[in-house]
Amino acid sequence: MIYAAIVFLPLAGALIAGLFGRVIGDRPSEIITTAFLMIAAVLSWVVFVQVGLGHETREITLMRWITSGELDVSWALKIDTLTSVMLVVVTTVSSLVHLYSIGYMHEDDSRPRFFAYLSLFTFAMLMLVTSGNLVQMFFGWEGVGLASYLLIGFWYKKPEANAAAIKAFIVNRVGDFGFSLGVFGLFFVFHTVNLDALFAAAPSAVGKTFSFAGYEVDILTTLSLLLFVGAMGKSAQFLLHTWLPDAMEGPTPVSALIHAATMVTAGVFMVARLSPIFELAPNALIVVTFIGAITAFFAATVGLVQNDIKRVIAYSTCSQLGYMFVACGIGAYGVGIFHLFTHAFFKALLFLGAGSVIHAMHHEQDMRAMGGLRRKIPWTFAAMLIGTLALTGVGIPHLAGFAGFYSKDAIIEAAYAANTPNNYAFWLLVVAALMTSFYSWRLIFMTFYGETRADHHTFDHAHESPPTMMVPLAVLSLGAVLAGLVFAPYFMGHDQSEFWGASIFRGEHNHILHEMHEVPGWVPYSSLIAMLAGFAIAWVYYIGAPWLPEATARTFRPLYLFLLNKWYFDELYNLIFVRPAFAIGRFLWKGGDGAVIDGAIDGTAAGVVRVTDRVVKLQTGYMYHYAFAMLIGVAAILTWLTYNGLFGGVLK
Amino acid sequence: MDSSVLYVVAPELILAIGAISLLMLGVFTSNGEAAGRTVTWLSIAVLIATAIAVFQGSGSSLVFGGAFVSDGFTRFLKIVILIGAALTLLMTFDNFGRAKLLQFEYPVLVLLATLGMLMMVSANDLIALYLGLELQSLALYVIAAFKRDDVQSSEAGLKYFVLGALSSGMLLYGASMLYGVTGSTSYATIAAAATIPEMSTNIGLTFGLVFVLVGLAFKVAAVPFHMWTPDVYQGAPTPVTAFFAGAPKIAAMALLLRFTQAALPGIAPQWQQIVIFLAIASMVLGSFAAIGQNNIKRLLAYSSIGNVGFALIGLAANNTEGTAGVLIYLVIYVAMTLGAFACVLAMQRNGRNVESISDLSGLAKTNLTFATILAVLMFSLAGIPPLAGFWAKWYVFLPAIKAGLYPLSVIGVVTSVVGAYYYLRVVKIMFFDETAEGFSPPEGRTFAVMALSAAFVVAFVLPFVGGTVVDAATAAASVLVPAHP
Repeated sequence: MIYAAIVFLPLAGALIAGLFGRVIGDRPSEIITTAFLMIAAVLSWVVFVQVGLGHETREITLMRWITSGELDVSWALKIDTLTSVMLVVVTTVSSLVHLYSIGYMHEDDSRPRFFAYLSLFTFAMLMLVTSGNLVQMFFGWEGVGLASYLLIGFWYKKPEANAAAIKAFIVNRVGDFGFSLGVFGLFFVFHTVNLDALFAAAPSAVGKTFSFAGYEVDILTTLSLLLFVGAMGKSAQFLLHTWLPDAMEGPTPVSALIHAATMVTAGVFMVARLSPIFELAPNALIVVTFIGAITAFFAATVGLVQNDIKRVIAYSTCSQLGYMFVACGIGAYGVGIFHLFTHAFFKALLFLGAGSVIHAMHHEQDMRAMGGLRRKIPWTFAAMLIGTLALTGVGIPHLAGFAGFYSKDAIIEAAYAANTPNNYAFWLLVVAALMTSFYSWRLIFMTFYGETRADHHTFDHAHESPPTMMVPLAVLSLGAVLAGLVFAPYFMGHDQSEFWGASIFRGEHNHILHEMHEVPGWVPYSSLIAMLAGFAIAWVYYIGAPWLPEATARTFRPLYLFLLNKWYFDELYNLIFVRPAFAIGRFLWKGGDGAVIDGAIDGTAAGVVRVTDRVVKLQTGYMYHYAFAMLIGVAAILTWLTYNGLFGGVLK
Repeated sequence: MDSSVLYVVAPELILAIGAISLLMLGVFTSNGEAAGRTVTWLSIAVLIATAIAVFQGSGSSLVFGGAFVSDGFTRFLKIVILIGAALTLLMTFDNFGRAKLLQFEYPVLVLLATLGMLMMVSANDLIALYLGLELQSLALYVIAAFKRDDVQSSEAGLKYFVLGALSSGMLLYGASMLYGVTGSTSYATIAAAATIPEMSTNIGLTFGLVFVLVGLAFKVAAVPFHMWTPDVYQGAPTPVTAFFAGAPKIAAMALLLRFTQAALPGIAPQWQQIVIFLAIASMVLGSFAAIGQNNIKRLLAYSSIGNVGFALIGLAANNTEGTAGVLIYLVIYVAMTLGAFACVLAMQRNGRNVESISDLSGLAKTNLTFATILAVLMFSLAGIPPLAGFWAKWYVFLPAIKAGLYPLSVIGVVTSVVGAYYYLRVVKIMFFDETAEGFSPPEGRTFAVMALSAAFVVAFVLPFVGGTVVDAATAAASVLVPAHP
């Protein structure tokens, strides 16, 4: 009951606000959706304690859905530790974002729609994480995609917002196509889509091959890779990442909820959830690690030079998701989920803090037009500072630190222990950590320190945000400070195997959690050094010698442009996919539809008219013509029958 | 003579005696118009009485030496013919009243024509066939030219008569050949002779078949023996056209069905080919030529030609379902056509009938009920589900596909798409074009036929309407060809 309440309260809120929002008014819509989410969040923590700490796992069937031949799918809630962690993350962040939005969106004139979408998103995300089968997971997967589309394009009068929404939707389609192929493939091989049955059957397919797209390929590797393509799309991994920065066109609370804390982590969740399958496909895991490490590095490089405050954080998110995939790829699923958990707090905090800054600056998002805001909005500054400390992983090894310190450093250590070729994963992550530190502090320095670059009017009117926005910042700050300290023992410390129970599977040769504690003594300090180096460089560049950034950009202009233009991915995709697609579309439109189909139809119509004219002309009105036609008919039939009919029919 | 024979031919007797009595009544009544009105009403009564007599019959009986048959098949068709005739008489009052044509001769001629049709339906012998056909035709020639002082009407009657005489000649020629080859005019004997294997390639039999079929094709107005139809439909007074489009086609189709299936099952491949040819030619020409028409009566003439083509598909299938399909098609066709002609009769301004399609423009704005009824009928004629016209086509296409006549079915579907154009154009003109001057409100009796027809077309999808018709038609068809597997 409690589980169903968590999942369906957001749906109820969405329906009420969405269908009756105009009737009941803006404020009641906000209060109802927010209150429902808060109840769901409280219940989620109860479930988290019960399941995560009390080890009660549940499988609840709500309703039969599809029964067709071997396909047997029900609406079911699978409640285990992994689910409960996700429940806590989703409902907590979502309820705080709801609350925050009351303040942030107060000038908007279609607030019920906004809150309905937010709640709808939350419902879909909860369906995704509680699913006990792949079809329901796909339902949630598409549901969050839809909600994301609607929310990115929430300000639908802005052309950029519409373009970004469409881009997010289409890029995700690519991933979803892989995901659905993976689901089809699993059903094709194992004749079931229910997770428990799949996990039980998966070991029997190890080393077997099947024919896919004309090649004999390893079953589990192929299917895992297809599923991972889905994860790449949803989690904005390298090659399918292009939609995430553009998605920042949506309202900032949306960025915090969907594009930082929850939806984009669905890919990580999916890989962890399907760990019993991925764990049997080591080759697929190598790909997961590689893509994750590349993404962590690539996104961090782009983040170095962005000027839009939200885009910096967006690339940071992209980069951190790479960390999570590295953790999953090397078999440390618990660590990956732990980073997901802590990241949700501090990244939502950073986004909401950025939202508060934007709110204060009257919707100015360019950091070049900020600066010196420390005294104007001290509480927001404090929240952002905490978020940055948590993101960059400030802490003292073997003692204590902010949330990111625990999870991120654990991933870096595990990456070292995993012993990838040339230790590429480790080094990429360490360099990414350095860059993370640099761009995070760059953001802080550019926004809050120095002389202001904003115009007088805006700067003088900059003001602290209302309590509805500050309370979520405070709660998330608390999480950013404490989440690592409190939960590290459970997620990846001594109690981890008890904590995770059966929800995460590790093969018998997977000792990564043990090995990560046996790394050389300098490894834990490497990330600390990277973090400090990043801070130092940022200080020099933006406080010590403010002329330096421009000089550097001038000196290394090609590199600077390369990074500023995000490795030219958008231009490249535009060239490879978008323009050919438009060309094909235009060809099919003008040539296919216009010339061939319309031409055929218009031609037929013209032909009909011609035939009609002839036929009508036959009707002369002269009786001898009519009689002649009859006689011709008789003669024709007689001839036909004499020559054909008598010697074998043709028509019959 | 055995008195039981009288029971079998009771409907025909009632009709014959009724017609002659009413003729006497009319002749000896001095006031022309009053007499016409009375005789018309009484004629309707005679038709109803005949229908009741038809209902009384049961079982299957052959009389007059096997020349006259009465069974489920004939009763089904006779009921449809009688209803059609009665409804067309009902529609004459107002139109003829205005045109000063309400004379007693007209209903009497209709009764005689109907008598001929009943004879045709029951004919089981070439002589009986010709007798019924000529009785019907002669009456029809006269009523086509009933508006004597009108050039168009006279022309219509004359054309119909001359071409009809030509077709009758061919029919007789064919009948004589059949007699020459088989030695008999009786269907049963011809059938027995034609089943001998060598006969399937007998040139005399084939020629006889062709000429008889041509004569019958003229009566149903199948292409290329249709040329009279548009001119006669347009020229004849509208109530007469309505009559032409309904009952006579049923009777001629009944003749075709029984002649092919009862007399010549032995050479089915031959007549199937002819029927397929006639069907395709009729459907194609009916669809294409109708597009170019501006006169609604001419349009309906081509529509009836096309419809005959569709009905012939069921005959071409040469199985019980196909025959049932033809019967269902005929019932629905008569219902739709009577409704459509009732609408044409209702198209009048200031006491004068108009016949141009453009006169219908914007009708929906001036008389929505009228426009809706005509739209329903047009949609049905176009074959839009779930209206009756769709089911009519359904029941003829299905057996054809079962019989493997794929090219015929495909052509049928394609032409029905072409045909949909001109039906829907009427709807478009009524609902979307500039409003023309409105019509005078339809008179009660005409409107009743319109509404009844539209109601039937809409309600056909209901089991107790459509289901009844389909069951009755299937039962009737199974009587005709027990030989079919």
